[in-house]
Order: sequence, then C-alpha cells, then structure tokens
Amino acid sequence: MKRALPAAPMARMAGRRALLAVPVLLTVTFAVFAVAAASPFDPVKAYTGSAGLTASQENLDQIRANLGVDQPLVTRWWDWLTSALTGDLGDSSVMRQPVADVIAERIGWSALLALTAFAVAIVLGTTLGVLAARRRGGLLDRCVSSLAYTLEAAPAFWLGLLAIWFFALELGVLPAGGLTDTASDTVTAGQVARHLVLPAAVLGVSQLPWFFLYVRQGVGDALDEDPVRGARARGLAERTVLLGHALRSGMLPMLTLIGSRVPELITGALLVETVFSWPGIAAATVQAATSVDFPLLAALTVLATAAVLLGNLLSDLLYGLADPRVGFDG
Amino acid sequence: MADLAWKSQGRTRRSTRTVRVAVSTVSTVTVAAVALAVLLVPPLVQLDQQAVDLSMKLRPPSLAHPFGTDDVGRDLLLRCVYGLRVSLLVGLVAALAATVIGTVVGAAAAVSGGWTDRALMRLVDTFSSVPHLLLGIFVVAMFRPGVWPVIVSVALTHWLSTARIVRSEVLSLRSRPYIDAAISGGATRWRVAARHLLPGVLPQAGLAAVLMVPHAMWHESALSFLGLGLPTHQASLGNLVQSARGSLLAGDWWPTLFPGLFLIIPTLAVAGLAGAWRERLNPRRRSELML
Repeated sequence: MKRALPAAPMARMAGRRALLAVPVLLTVTFAVFAVAAASPFDPVKAYTGSAGLTASQENLDQIRANLGVDQPLVTRWWDWLTSALTGDLGDSSVMRQPVADVIAERIGWSALLALTAFAVAIVLGTTLGVLAARRRGGLLDRCVSSLAYTLEAAPAFWLGLLAIWFFALELGVLPAGGLTDTASDTVTAGQVARHLVLPAAVLGVSQLPWFFLYVRQGVGDALDEDPVRGARARGLAERTVLLGHALRSGMLPMLTLIGSRVPELITGALLVETVFSWPGIAAATVQAATSVDFPLLAALTVLATAAVLLGNLLSDLLYGLADPRVGFDG
Repeated sequence: MADLAWKSQGRTRRSTRTVRVAVSTVSTVTVAAVALAVLLVPPLVQLDQQAVDLSMKLRPPSLAHPFGTDDVGRDLLLRCVYGLRVSLLVGLVAALAATVIGTVVGAAAAVSGGWTDRALMRLVDTFSSVPHLLLGIFVVAMFRPGVWPVIVSVALTHWLSTARIVRSEVLSLRSRPYIDAAISGGATRWRVAARHLLPGVLPQAGLAAVLMVPHAMWHESALSFLGLGLPTHQASLGNLVQSARGSLLAGDWWPTLFPGLFLIIPTLAVAGLAGAWRERLNPRRRSELML
C-alpha cells in the first residue's frame, strides 16, 4: 500500500504559502513599528536610562540621530527590514548582546521544551482518549472529561506554580526551575533532563485537553462506523478493533492538526518558561516586554508569527498526505 | 458484544441528559453567586480588603479566614472577591469592546463585499497569525501597565473571531426572502444592514461575547501575572497569584491556590451556560461543553 510521496504538489503548496507569508509578515512588522510609534515609549530615554535626566539636550539629540529615531516611521521600518534580511536584527538592551545571538542561544532550549511537551500531550491524550471513548458516558470518561474541561480553564502559570509547590517543595524530588543546578557551571544532559521534567509536564498537561477531546471524539465516532462494526462481526479481538481500526482512523485528523496548535503552544510557553526560569525565547520575550526592549520584542513577535504560519503549512501538508481527497490546493 | 454496546448507549443517552440539566443548573447558580458576590460584597460588607495585620500573616485556611491570610495578614477570601471583581470588570469591558469592533468589521465586510471584504478578511487572517498573548504583551509593554492598556490589548486581540462569525452570519442571512422583500421595498443597503441584518446576527455575536469574557479574564490574569498587567493597587486575580509567589516558595500554598480556583470556576460556569444557550438556539446540534 506504499504510495510515492507527492513531492511536486507539496512543494508547490509550500512555495505558494511562502509567497502569501510575505505580505503577512510585512503587515505584522509594520504594525509593530506603528504601535511603537503611537505609544509613549521613547527609545532615547530607554537607551540613556537615568543618565538621560542629567544629559544635555545636544547629547540627547545626538543619541536620537544615532539611533535613527528622528526618521519618519516608514523609513525606520524599512531600515529595520532591510538590515533584518541581512541577519542584523539590532541590539537587545536587556540581554546586552545582538538580538540574533539571543535568539540563536535560546531557540534550541525552547524547541526542546516544546517538543517534549507535545510528546507528553500526544501520548497522554491518546491513551486517555481511547480509554474514555471505549465506554463513552462511563465513569472514567466522565472523570477524565471533566478534568479536561477544568484543565482547559486553568491558567498554565497557576498549574506551574502548584507543580513547583508539590513536586519541588513538598516532595523535594524535582528542581523548581532553571536549566542546571545553581552550583554547577556546566550543562550536562542528566541535569537538563531533570530540570526539563516539570516544565515539560506542565506545558504538556496544559495542551492535553485539546488532544484528549479530539482523540475521544475521533475514536468514539469511528467506533460507531461500519468498518469497526465489520471488524467486530469478523470476530476480531476487542484490542485489535480498538487499536488497529478505531484508533487509526480516529487519530489521523488529530496528528495532522498538530501544526495548528503552535499559537497555543507559544502562549503556554510564554507562561511556563517564565514560571520555571527556563532559558528559552518565550522567557526572553517576557523579559524584553518588562524592560521595553523594542528590538528584541519586535524580532520575537515576527519570529512567533513565522512559526505560526509554518505550523499551519505543516498541518495542511500532513492533512493532504493523510487524506488524498483534500489535496494540496490551499 | 453488539448487544451490550446498544444497551450501554441507551443508558448513556439518558444519563447524558441528566448531566446536561445538572450542568446548566450548576452553571446558572455559580454565575449568579459570582455576580452577587462581586456586586454586593464590597458595598455591604464593611471590611477593608487592604487591612494589614502582621500578627496574622500567612495563616492557613481556618473558620475565621476560610482561604487563609496572605504575607501581610490580609484575608484572602476578601482579596479574591475584590480580585474577581477587577478581573470581571476588565473582562466585561474588553469583551464588549472586542465584540463591537468584530461586529462592525464583520458586518461591514459582508455588506460591502468585493475588495473591501477581501481586504478586511485578509487583515483578520494576518492578525490571527500572531499568538494573542504575544500581541497583548507587545501592546502592554509599549503602553506600560495600567487598566486601559490591558483592556485595549485584550480587545485588540479578541475581535478577530467575532468578525469572522458575524461576517458568515450576515452572508447567510442575506439570502433570506425577507431581505429581498426589504430591498424590493426600496430600503438602502445600510438600512437593510442596520434594521434587518444586525438584529439577526446579535444572538450569535452575544454568544461570542459571553464566551469571550472568561477568555478576556484569562488574558488579563496572564498579563498581570507576568507583571505587565494591572497595577498592584488594583489587584486582580493574576496580581494575587503573582504576589503569592514568594509565599509559595516558602511552602505556603493557599495564597496561590484560591485565586486560581476563582478564575477556573466562573470560566467553567460561563462555558456551561453558553453550551445550554447554544442548545436552545439550535437544539438539533447537540453541543458539548465548549470553552
């Protein structure tokens, strides 16, 4: 049943989406600059800090000219855009290094956290979803479903704090935050793994309700359909029917829609990375916002938008692969 | 096996209906209780939520203080009620603003059609690509903490879905005979929109607005928790969780737990009510509890 990968239509779709992404990213970057221009935020004051209070007007004007903020909005936007294309995203004032370096240093840790969390959510969600769908309306289904709705309503930062209290303080089995132990100055895999458990579990659990409800719905619907009835009529074992037939058709749509969960993942990461002092880009975004570090904030907003667009593309590609009727026309 | 499956399905259907009734009753009671608490407690109860009593600091929940006290001895139940009041107010105003923007944009797009429609919807798609909390953080960071930046940032990130809902509702209403009748009666395009289309989309827009309130509260709490939201003298539930971080690291769980519960319970109640309302609007479509 092996099909050749329809590479050409997939590549065409990716190319079309890349073209469509250009106006989206242009609009978002321009909006970012427009909001900053409309706000009371003054880059010169942010740059000089308390020294700006005693500095002469001439010095301030000189700094203003050096920073290029005396230019009109469109010029500033265009300058930022052209230098961004050459890899120069400006300097972050809060991290005291180029924005590109901040991103390069941190994006790996964010990816590690996000992928682990996704794995947790998929494995837990699928297991619980199948178990709940087997007896819909049963005790297990009702308990897990209510829990899922409650989790969906619970803020991720609150879950994270309670997890720190319980696992790090009451039981003392896991570290409360950071990437390595405070005493150590080298990053070892074992330490990272220990520090990863709590943030990844909390982020995964905060994403869990969606995965669980999707699998439960998909498997539950598949159980009512003819192929499953046919499999039962042929006398196949319940296990084979559930895992081989119902789960396969019920889980496919969920797996293909993972890409569209990127916005929720970013939202969760912003909160979880901050709670656990995880050195990723989401925590850097919050720090940049707290100290109004415009270059870093602008770059990270654009980066997140690109990640969302990429996730949407991935999800559509997978959907086309999983269901050939859909195709790659979108 | 098949026989058993049928039987269990019959039982499920009956018990699901019981659960539905229970969910909508509990939701109604909860929403009413929350409304009464935030409306009546501040004027009626002559207690100062800011009353500091250092001899009573960080007491665990007891009869005198059902939620315990915080790190300067303030009663947490009272603090939570006031926090909920602030969160709810911000959520209501933001959701209302977002609904107005969304309804106007969605209706304008559908009524104008053509290039205006395409441009407006393209704009909606573009801003849906930026994660909401991130966009909110950006707006608040640029305009600095305060009530209005938070409301503006939540409103600006939440009107997109309403605009889509209203636009598709207007498009489907436009093909109804009574609209044709109004047009043949000589009504202008904008009169049709204001007198005939807008009342038709209000139930849907209203439902979207009600569901948006918990969402807006959630956003406000997240911003406040990150230290980018409301100033501390207008403590919302998010501020309460934020200021409880120190006590939590010392092992005292109650200042963190209760504000979070105060956020979750109204959210679930509103979702339950909205589910019941949706079922009443459209009984054929059996809806699950939606958040």
